[in-house]
Amino acid sequence: MLSILINWLMITRHNWPRTLEGILIPLGAVLVALLIFGLFCATMGANPLAVYGSIYKAAFGNWSSFQNTLIRASPLMLSALCTAIPARLGLVIIGNEGALVMGGLGAISIGLTLAAAPPLVSQIGMALAGMLAGGLWIMIVGALRHYRAVNETISSLLMNYIAIAILNHLVNGPMRDPSSLNKPSTFPIPDVNMLGSLPGTRIHYGLIYGLIACAIAYFLIQRTTFGFAARTVGGNIRAARLAGLPVGKLTLIICFLAGSCAGLAGMVEVAAIHGRANESLNANYGYGGILVAFIARQNPLAAAVISILLGGILTSGGILQRVHSLPDATVLLFQGLVFLVVLYSESLYGKFAIFQEKEKSDTSSPAIAV
Amino acid sequence: MTTEAIGWWGVPLGILGGTLRGSAPFLFVSLGECLTEKSGKINLGLEGTLLTGAMMAYAVSYTTGSAWVGVIAAGLAGMVLGGIHGWLCQQPRVNDVAVGIAMIIFGSGIAFFFGKPFIQPQAPQLPSIELGGWTGIPSVQSALEICPLFLVGVAIAPLMNWFFRSTRWGLYVRAVGDSPDAARAMGLSIFKVRMLSIILGSFLAGIGGAYLSLYYPGVWNERISSGQGLMAVALVIFARWNPIQCLYASLLFGGAQAIGPALQSVGVDSYYYLWNASPYILTLAIMIVTCSPKRTLSNAPGALGTDH
Repeated sequence: MLSILINWLMITRHNWPRTLEGILIPLGAVLVALLIFGLFCATMGANPLAVYGSIYKAAFGNWSSFQNTLIRASPLMLSALCTAIPARLGLVIIGNEGALVMGGLGAISIGLTLAAAPPLVSQIGMALAGMLAGGLWIMIVGALRHYRAVNETISSLLMNYIAIAILNHLVNGPMRDPSSLNKPSTFPIPDVNMLGSLPGTRIHYGLIYGLIACAIAYFLIQRTTFGFAARTVGGNIRAARLAGLPVGKLTLIICFLAGSCAGLAGMVEVAAIHGRANESLNANYGYGGILVAFIARQNPLAAAVISILLGGILTSGGILQRVHSLPDATVLLFQGLVFLVVLYSESLYGKFAIFQEKEKSDTSSPAIAV
Repeated sequence: MTTEAIGWWGVPLGILGGTLRGSAPFLFVSLGECLTEKSGKINLGLEGTLLTGAMMAYAVSYTTGSAWVGVIAAGLAGMVLGGIHGWLCQQPRVNDVAVGIAMIIFGSGIAFFFGKPFIQPQAPQLPSIELGGWTGIPSVQSALEICPLFLVGVAIAPLMNWFFRSTRWGLYVRAVGDSPDAARAMGLSIFKVRMLSIILGSFLAGIGGAYLSLYYPGVWNERISSGQGLMAVALVIFARWNPIQCLYASLLFGGAQAIGPALQSVGVDSYYYLWNASPYILTLAIMIVTCSPKRTLSNAPGALGTDH
């Protein structure tokens, strides 16, 4: 055990300035976006400091609002993985919304089939069905990419719309509960089968799913041979082919894993929030997830943290409307602004001298096994 | 009542009318995207441009009382968003597809933020030209009503084709898109040519938005676009980067979009929502058939999507 640790420390000599650069540049970008947003609010006649204060209060001000933030963060985390995991293969997949919807539909189908089963069985069934449905949905995108060279960004975008059409078709037709008049929905799953809350809170277990999924994704990508193979394909696909890596198989597996995360987000929305499937499933957690993945620079652990921040911003939409009479689209505008500034910050890496490691002779000695 | 009188003929008639009314937004965004991609960059954010254009057109038409001023304003608003996209996606290490996704969110944010006060009032609409005067059947007459703006779009397609083939500036755009090194050797500024192409492309997309809010469906709300801007990229691939074929592709997509409502009008509404997805399914099917892992697409600009 000790020898493994020492080996690890010796071999992966950590490049601290680079790590610091990787944290400070996105952080700076978010701050700049906040500043521009403040100026924008000022021109709209709202006091920027008061707006910041309201966002903070609505998101993290007290335990109750922080719980709301965490409830919104869990589908964001899962949905972000749908973009972040395939990014390691060099794929830009934005089918998060579609995979989430399909996952929700898969979950509700099993939830209604297993309505009489013990809660744990029903919940496991819903989770597996959600993951399977979402996973297969994004696996189609990967397969089209690999076998037909169809651009994965466009196909996943189109499949979002197809998934939403399937949802609308099912909740307005074959799966419709006749008693849902204003908002066509499926029949509900029994209350006892709903995902419960963490003891002493209103936060459902979906948050735990999200955190575990982010941790597993990080471990898988960074610390396993499978992840290394995936990153090799993402770095140089020709070299990966020459090295004999199974590019097609890796693409399909990675896409399945990515989609299953978003599918699980759909299951969480169905089994912990709505209890049924309807158009509320299509609540823009998909686009939020893309934003999270890009701000986190496709790192699953960072995605967990960013999801909590974005979850906070999403919860503040209501208060911006009530207190500052800003339209609810303010939150959307702010998200777009953050996204643009973060993308611009990509061009700043390597431009600041303080983050560059000083030229020095390589002092690392060969690894010693103890 | 008229649909009952003509019975099942209502379906092809509805599709024809829907094609004439509904293909203009597809046409404008695909021509805009075609110009952009000819210069070697992708603009995935035209959905945001379309929405901003729709909002701007409606707001300006409402405040000035002139729908045509609204159309111009929509184009100008599109140019501003295009300027942001063009500048940002040419920074080092910044991916144009990612910028496009951000511009979808940003553009929708702008449109919904400033468009909130205009959801209720009724703005002056664009006029329509009656082509069905020769027939006495009212439903045929209403199917044959078209908007002058659609004719403008139809005229732009061959014009843009001529521009690419026969003008010096068209050659510049193609050179920058096909071989940036050769373009640089010609003494061209790649940054400027791409910037102008993206800005003018976004101008067209903004006008497509004006068509949505000022003619068909002719209202402003947050669900006005049914993803026409998103499909621009796929349409251009289908049209093989040829403006004339963009026109045919747009007519095809406008027709596909009209199938659901046409069937509903004769009482077939069991698959209404699935028919509504037919443009997306059609796009996907076309891409599956036309793409191939063994060769790059013919006519694709050589430097499309590469960093330069």
